[in-house]
Amino acid sequence: MQNLISVKDLSKSDILNLIKVSEGIEQGKLTPQIADKVVSLLFFEPSTRTRFSFETAVKRLSGKTLYLGDVASTSVTKGESFADTVRVISQYSDMIVMRTLVEGAPRYASELLDIPIVNAGDGTNQHPTQALLDIYSIYKTQKDLNGLKIGLVGDLKLGRTVHSLCQIMSDFNPEFYFISPEFLKMPNSIKNYLSEKGIKYHQLNNLEEVVRELDILYVTRLQKERFSDAEAYERVKDYYAISANLLHGVKENLKILHPLPRVNEISTCVDNTPYAYYFQQAKNGMYMRQSIIASLFDRV
Amino acid sequence: MKELKVDPIKNGTVIDHIKPGKAYQVLKILNINTQDEVMLGMNLQSNKTKQKKDILKIENITFGPDEINCISLIAPNATISTIKNYDVVKKHQVQTPQVIDRILKCANPNCITNQENLQSSFEIYTKKNITRAQCYYCEKTTKIDEVRFSMNN
Repeated sequence: MQNLISVKDLSKSDILNLIKVSEGIEQGKLTPQIADKVVSLLFFEPSTRTRFSFETAVKRLSGKTLYLGDVASTSVTKGESFADTVRVISQYSDMIVMRTLVEGAPRYASELLDIPIVNAGDGTNQHPTQALLDIYSIYKTQKDLNGLKIGLVGDLKLGRTVHSLCQIMSDFNPEFYFISPEFLKMPNSIKNYLSEKGIKYHQLNNLEEVVRELDILYVTRLQKERFSDAEAYERVKDYYAISANLLHGVKENLKILHPLPRVNEISTCVDNTPYAYYFQQAKNGMYMRQSIIASLFDRV
Repeated sequence: MKELKVDPIKNGTVIDHIKPGKAYQVLKILNINTQDEVMLGMNLQSNKTKQKKDILKIENITFGPDEINCISLIAPNATISTIKNYDVVKKHQVQTPQVIDRILKCANPNCITNQENLQSSFEIYTKKNITRAQCYYCEKTTKIDEVRFSMNN
């Protein structure tokens, strides 16, 4: 693996290797070091959490970081092309972690440069490190990735994380349950992909119908700005919200994941139940990103 | 002597068995200049298939494999004949390529290929009888009859 650009580039063995390395790092059995490396974090689109997660990952590997997070202060505003920008920055770096609104930009950078590129999110396209930390979280909580029943709730149409989760889990024979407002349903492109892989999925309006069968409940925020009618948003936002009352009789191993930030789609009363896992999920991002960086530098 | 509805050309390319009504679109894909000498027949009766077809005869121009294979997206049964001194020196059927570079334009305005000086690349695949083109960069997929062709190929 020379770059991490898209979930679709990952083989099943890549995924399992990264999980194994993450686990080794978390348990202190693996201590890869990159003290001789400088990682540039190019965040053309701001993100506090993802940036912090990468920074702490690099620093815990003893590496150093350079951060570019404000396009207005760069030569991009002088009309410099993306290609020239990344070419210059690659002269000072051993790796670039990139977040951008421009889809396909990390892929392009990986063609231009000799150093590893990690896609930290490109528009509505891919966010592979999120998908990897999600599958790591599923692995840690369920012990076995195979044959799980996974519910996806919220904005399934535009939610990059749920699309990537469907892709990254596709080698492990899951059964998906999609619960969303009608106009935010999972797109046909994802459903067709799952059908081609022989993966079962169900489209539901009501989470209560299925919550007691689930192993994983992955919740995403319903973004108010997606709704053309504010009243429509107000009507549905609580319908898809997760409360402690909803969780009566659920499976003991159920875990609730959320890519964060959450607003009101998971009630705070869920936080103290044994099912809430979203903060540990965020922490898993640190281990998985260490695993990715160390693997790309061939230090494990 | 067999009478042809479209006169023969001395040198150039004949594109035959184009789907009826698609000849103009083929010309557009090939970016044929308005100064080029072209003969066009539309909705002609094919002696071979007994069905209607379009045909193009383009004087003094031959095409590379990329451009020819691109024609397959809208004229999957087209045959391409290279003409020299009124003789057919080469003839073959178009094939749908697995990858098309340069000629197609990504419909996603947010794709890097629409923001940088960068050649497009698409994977072409057919599933459940629907042919689609997936952008190599932004991974967005378009049905083949909705793709746009770059005019600057």
